[in-house]
Amino acid sequence: MSNLAIRVENLGKMYHIGGPQRQYDRLGDRLADMALAPFRRALRLFRGQASSAAGLDQEIWALKSISFEVQEGEVLGIIGRNGAGKSTLLKLLSRITDPTEGLADINGRVGSLLEVGTGFHPELTGRENIFLNGAILGMKKKEIERKFDEITAFAEIDKFMETPVKHYSSGMYVRLAFSVAAHLEPEILLVDEVLAVGDIAFQRKCLGKMGDVAQQGRTVLFVSHNMGLIQTLCQRGILLQDGRIASDGPIAETLTAYQRTLESAESEDLAIRTDRRGKGRVRLVNVDILDGNDDPAPVLVTGGPARFVFHVSGLINGLSCVFTLVNQLGQRIVNFKSDTPGPADATCPEMGAKFICEVSPLLLMPGRYRLNVLLRGGGEWQDYVEAAKIFDVEGGSLDGRRVKANYEISVCIPHRWTLPQ
Amino acid sequence: MTDLATTQHAGPITTRIRPSGGWISLNLRESWEYRELIYFFVWRDLKVRYRQTILGVSWAVLQPFLTMVILSLFFGRLAKIPSDGLPYPVFSYAALVPWTFFASSLTTASNSIISSSNMLKKIYFPRMTLPIAAVLSGLVDLFLALLVLLGMMLVYGLVPTANVLWLPALLLLTLVTSLGASLWLSAMNVQFRDVRYAVPFLIQAWMFATPVAYPSSLLSEPWKTVYGLNPMAGVVEGSRWALLGTDTAPGLIILVSTLVAVALLLSGAYYFRRMEKSFADIV
Repeated sequence: MSNLAIRVENLGKMYHIGGPQRQYDRLGDRLADMALAPFRRALRLFRGQASSAAGLDQEIWALKSISFEVQEGEVLGIIGRNGAGKSTLLKLLSRITDPTEGLADINGRVGSLLEVGTGFHPELTGRENIFLNGAILGMKKKEIERKFDEITAFAEIDKFMETPVKHYSSGMYVRLAFSVAAHLEPEILLVDEVLAVGDIAFQRKCLGKMGDVAQQGRTVLFVSHNMGLIQTLCQRGILLQDGRIASDGPIAETLTAYQRTLESAESEDLAIRTDRRGKGRVRLVNVDILDGNDDPAPVLVTGGPARFVFHVSGLINGLSCVFTLVNQLGQRIVNFKSDTPGPADATCPEMGAKFICEVSPLLLMPGRYRLNVLLRGGGEWQDYVEAAKIFDVEGGSLDGRRVKANYEISVCIPHRWTLPQ
Repeated sequence: MTDLATTQHAGPITTRIRPSGGWISLNLRESWEYRELIYFFVWRDLKVRYRQTILGVSWAVLQPFLTMVILSLFFGRLAKIPSDGLPYPVFSYAALVPWTFFASSLTTASNSIISSSNMLKKIYFPRMTLPIAAVLSGLVDLFLALLVLLGMMLVYGLVPTANVLWLPALLLLTLVTSLGASLWLSAMNVQFRDVRYAVPFLIQAWMFATPVAYPSSLLSEPWKTVYGLNPMAGVVEGSRWALLGTDTAPGLIILVSTLVAVALLLSGAYYFRRMEKSFADIV
């Protein structure tokens, strides 16, 4: 039989979050409760389950009934929407937090990369931080010494090894942090979305390193929103949905299933969706996507006009809207920002709580796209919704040239072929 | 953290992750396996602590020394507190050396978990390494302060007796007490942020309950032995006896102190182990 690297059985994690305060029926109850509270708390403390939100308990299962096995050398992608439980699963497997039920057996040394640069100290030099960070990640001193030159070479900052990292640029900082992490050599590697760091060239280098790791027969569990990356690196995928495994199989199948969950999320009423982040003083209520004719059933066409209308729950000072178009592979194509105004922009205070963005001509290739929308105001994220809307673009023509579907390409640009002068 | 069974056969290490229930083992072996990490934490604390200060490491010496000057002025000169026949400055400084170590351990260690919250949420390592490293990093200061004490004894013409051989044992008792209290406070601090505000007050009260500025000979038996319930009382009186040859030869008091200190350490370690599984969720 081949060797199992990870066996997870019925794993679950429950969190207590603050809910509405208990209602008191009578003043007498209330006083009794107040009098007893310290003792109850002391008792809880003694049992080791004290919670600062005593009496406000509401149970949320971040993960429930998770079972799967990973063979040695397998590269497993874990995908799912925000809040589906991906990070919780990695935290359980890397022992950062305790499961509420179930068990997991892990055969081999585990290295987890949930964040690069954990434990970096700004006052320490690059050299010192390599040792500190390496030790925190579980490397032995000898091992770090052995790999030291390799690490500095990979990070391309040999010259600044004796400089405190607080003087580093953010790019240098991230490069150093990643190259320490990349030289960790555990048998099992748990990686969260940490690759979206550094400049493009360095990102590519990191991806190369990740690919090497995957090919060396090490077991890798990989969480990412970059579907293209997951598709290249992983053979198998697990889709998490609301804390449960919704699909487990070859990566292509899982990605298709993921696409379907995104579409079903989109069909939910946007105003009541809970998979959102931000302060929430203002929320995105609805998105309309219209073509040039204000058609009730709009069809967007390559090269044609499009209008995106964002309905928000209210207006606050300095509110701005940023939206990003994402293609089927999860790659971000282009974004639109209302907070960097152009001369043709119009604002009208009486218009009501709406952002309208006109795009003409639409330079998108035929295919399916989704919108991630961010509302920012008062210097903070107010609301961020991924896949707030999904739309299709039909083949059309651009400057009279026919544009046909090609699923690997998302953008088209007006152009002409000329003759030598 | 977890109820962990780590077994090493011919194959790779198997780790079992499951909910922990009941009383869990201390699992000190794991902390031992991460001793290099403790070393690096201590090393980091030392490097960072004095890096941007003008006086640098001399703070380690200045702190207890200045306290000694103040105590000598107010308690020695003005209040004429007896000092077991010794010059008051040496008398108080001998107590301040272990006391300062204890007090600063408590201050830094009680915040050690909270101030590393980012690390706790992103990476696994035995959590106990944090308070342990925080306490150990004070040892360097302790030894520097001890050197100054020896200098002062030279100046006052005091020669240590053979009792000085007991000094390491007394320092160990200080270490045990500091670790015990630190484990309790650092774990409690995660759950109840009040601890952060209570610690300075606790240290102040504890100092008055310890014969730092006055001799315990002011008390009569059996109160003196009861006094030993405060392990630092045993340590302070013991150090004076070991170094300065006061006739406060620790008998019962040191026995009581040792027992209390060991109980504090064990209970602190169990409490810490019990709480640490929820650190990452709360912090």
